[in-house]
Amino acid sequence: MTTRAQSSQEQSTAPDAEQHVPKPRRFFELLLLVLSWIVAIGAMCLVDLGNTASWDHRIVAAAAVLIVGSLIIHVILHLKARYADPFILPIVVVLNGIGLTMIYRIDLTTPNSSVGSQTAWSAVAMIACAAALWFLTDHRVLVRVTYISLAASIFLLLLPLVPGLGTEINGARIWISIGGRTFQPGEVAKITLAIFFAGYLSTNRDLILLAGKKIGRVRLPRFKDFAPMFVAWLVSIGVLVVQHDLGSAILFFGLFLAMLYLATNRFTWVGVGLVLVAIGGFFAYKTISHVTVRIDSWLHAFDPAVYNQQAGGSGQIIQGLFGLASGGLFGRGLGNGRPDLVSFANSDMIVTAIGEELGLLGLGAILMLFLMLVSRGFRAALGTPDAFGKLLAAGLSAAMVLQLFVVIGGVTRLIPLTGLTTPFMSAGGSSLLANWFIVGLLLAISHSARSPRVVNEDAGDAEDIADTGQLGATAAISKLGSSSHEETASSPHTAGGHS
Amino acid sequence: MNQAIRRTWLAVAGVFILLVGSLTYVQFIHAGALEDNPWNSRQLYDQYGSARGSILVNGSEIAQSVPSDDSFGYKREYSQTDEYAALTGYFSMVYGSTGLESALGEELSGKSDSQFYDRIAQIFSNKETHGASVELTIDPKLQKKATELMSGHKGSIVAMNPKTGEIKAMVSAPSYDPNQLSSHDSKSVIQSYSELNQDQDKPLYNRAVSGDLYSPGSTFKIMDAVAALESGKYNKDSELDNPQNLPLPGTDTTLPNYVNGQCASRSKADIQWALEQSCNTPFAQIAMDLGEDKIAKTAKNFGYGQDLSVPLKVTPSNFPSGMSKSELALSSIGQYDVKSTPMQVAMMSSAIANDGVQMKPNMVKTVRSNSLSTLYDFSAEKLRESTSPDVAHQVRDWMVNDVDNGIASGAQVDGTKVAGKTGTAETGTDGNNQAWFTGFAPADDPELAVAIVYEDVDAVTGAQLTSPGAKQLFEAVLNQ
Repeated sequence: MTTRAQSSQEQSTAPDAEQHVPKPRRFFELLLLVLSWIVAIGAMCLVDLGNTASWDHRIVAAAAVLIVGSLIIHVILHLKARYADPFILPIVVVLNGIGLTMIYRIDLTTPNSSVGSQTAWSAVAMIACAAALWFLTDHRVLVRVTYISLAASIFLLLLPLVPGLGTEINGARIWISIGGRTFQPGEVAKITLAIFFAGYLSTNRDLILLAGKKIGRVRLPRFKDFAPMFVAWLVSIGVLVVQHDLGSAILFFGLFLAMLYLATNRFTWVGVGLVLVAIGGFFAYKTISHVTVRIDSWLHAFDPAVYNQQAGGSGQIIQGLFGLASGGLFGRGLGNGRPDLVSFANSDMIVTAIGEELGLLGLGAILMLFLMLVSRGFRAALGTPDAFGKLLAAGLSAAMVLQLFVVIGGVTRLIPLTGLTTPFMSAGGSSLLANWFIVGLLLAISHSARSPRVVNEDAGDAEDIADTGQLGATAAISKLGSSSHEETASSPHTAGGHS
Repeated sequence: MNQAIRRTWLAVAGVFILLVGSLTYVQFIHAGALEDNPWNSRQLYDQYGSARGSILVNGSEIAQSVPSDDSFGYKREYSQTDEYAALTGYFSMVYGSTGLESALGEELSGKSDSQFYDRIAQIFSNKETHGASVELTIDPKLQKKATELMSGHKGSIVAMNPKTGEIKAMVSAPSYDPNQLSSHDSKSVIQSYSELNQDQDKPLYNRAVSGDLYSPGSTFKIMDAVAALESGKYNKDSELDNPQNLPLPGTDTTLPNYVNGQCASRSKADIQWALEQSCNTPFAQIAMDLGEDKIAKTAKNFGYGQDLSVPLKVTPSNFPSGMSKSELALSSIGQYDVKSTPMQVAMMSSAIANDGVQMKPNMVKTVRSNSLSTLYDFSAEKLRESTSPDVAHQVRDWMVNDVDNGIASGAQVDGTKVAGKTGTAETGTDGNNQAWFTGFAPADDPELAVAIVYEDVDAVTGAQLTSPGAKQLFEAVLNQ
């Protein structure tokens, strides 16, 4: 069955929805997986062909991890989440594979040797994804850990500040070092924060929306309803400013705004948030030297004084731009570029290395993969009946987009360059682990979105009753997944907010 | 909530469009400017660190790219630089490239149009760009011999096959070491270059095809002889006045005859004897009689004033125009403003040797891409018909007589008929000359045509160097 046919069936709100039995489509996923292996391992072979006479054991290990790991997840999906979205896993395998390829390729021409640990981390991350799917048969249990997640987020974010444990690398104190290995707790905090936001907003959004004073057309929430959100936001941003990690600060604030909007459907709040960002950003620019340097090297990148500046100069971004430009439309071919000229080519700047060797077309294809992946995340959010699942899936997907925006916008000089990893591609264990875990969550939520449901199975969930109204559950699900009728269905519930 | 999700997705799509737009700007629209940015060292590394093709002579590399330990990846290395520097030229990141490195730059770097499919193949095979390798027509033994002849002197030798145009030897002395200029250490490159550039002996010139050019001296009398025969006014029996000093019209100076031969012994001479003894006055009279246009036309027919690349770019030799009679008289004996490359002189002899047909000189035997497909294979090419076979044969016979009985006798080779003509051009006031020999052998079935010129030698030394030098070159080829 083709993708188009399937999705049009999903889209249809035909009266015979009762007879429409969702298909697991695990075999389709397996086909796509094989395709993804061909792409990823093909890329590895291309690098190896050009550089070494025989197969490098590192490439064999990376390929084996990709195949075995994705097969394990595939089998677990078969057992535990048969109706999970069939596109998500193959897309992520391709992205991870291309990331491994680039890291291996950069290892070959620089003093780096990261592909071994990246392969090991890929294995760990895929196991984490598999474990999440195995143990998390129903993602809604995560609502129970809403406040634990908040505490965990704060704990994780504070961890690098602990003397003896925290490590400062390249001016940012966002790593912890255990037994010589470094880990970035902020990457995991991204997930725990999303869980907290999703859990808190799904249970309290009515209070936030409806209770409180109305000033003009804007209704301000009561402080006690909003306080936990505010605390979460304040801690994450405050800690990150102290830790000199602007990229993560943008990511967390963006996540906060996105989830607030997703929960409330109010642009005004996003607007207020953005105004706050602008004001905060301006003061940060004026007062925090780290931020000043970042913004100056963005605005005046081609100023020789800025370019030649030793610390925080624009050398990195300009070398990255040169790399992208030399790739042009078609790229120089895997192994033919000069990523060794760009610092952090295998982590923060991996996009420039990919752009140089695979060109605008290659990078565009990777962006399309990300867009597809994120769209499947949003699709799961649309389909799942529970508000928590909707918020979590959409929020995590939005976070991924934010991260891409910060990274690619940064290297193309659209916005100031700040250090963030490219999901699934940059060298870095914490990033891989966190993003694969997110994949596990998205797969679980997509399973609940697509699986056939017994009527009133979710009767205990107030949100669900409201959303599905008087319709039969199956029909309601297909309706949820299709059009904007949902707004009508839930309008009695939120009427106060609209009128 | 679903509406918010949909709207968020729209925003997400907007972000992706923004990112693709931003990438398009950097990688496509603005890419050219970024590539040209002076801070962008990629171009430099690309161009000067790429694995260029080799230049080979008889299968062994005289220029090749070898892996380097620096950021470039590869560097250019030259061997036997005394013999081949003038041919290879240098490949410098500071001063650009010269010689074949420049003339065949596209092929050597793999960027020529004919290598398009190779480049496509490289994208898939992921090999480092490897340019085409170039095999030269140079005969290494002859090149070695010619280099030895020039050792310790300034001057040039060009030797070619008159029937095919293949260049068998090309020497420009003094030579230099292109390795010094192709290093990736720009400081030492600049230092070496400024030393070479300030050297009075101009080692960076390839005197065979360019540089300051030479006065061809009496070798130009071959042109006069051809012009005389073509005009129909003269033949082998024509008797010419042979005064010891010819008053030059419009001036109070006279043109003297060559003093080292036997010119003074006859007051009348035929062309054969005048050539044999290289007497000036008969040829000056022929030129003044035929006029500038006729001599100029003959010179042009033999290549004067014509663009040529072999594929080294050859500076066109010059026969002046708008001359007075006295200037024409001086020009007829290869003085005044007549300027010639040794290449041109060798081509003149080649045309005489090859029944009046001038073959296109070329030093490239094959160009092979790194996939070993042949991009170019030498084939003899006719350049022009310089004169009729009859005229060519007559001049050839005169040149043979010149070697058998005249002042070019030093070029005699046992058992082989050699055709030749010497020349001496006065250049300065110090009494030193440019000494020439040009000719070919065997005269009836020519295999090699040569032009030899030594700078700054006195007449006696010149005579000892040129014709005997030619003899050695002929022997080197004929005894193989």
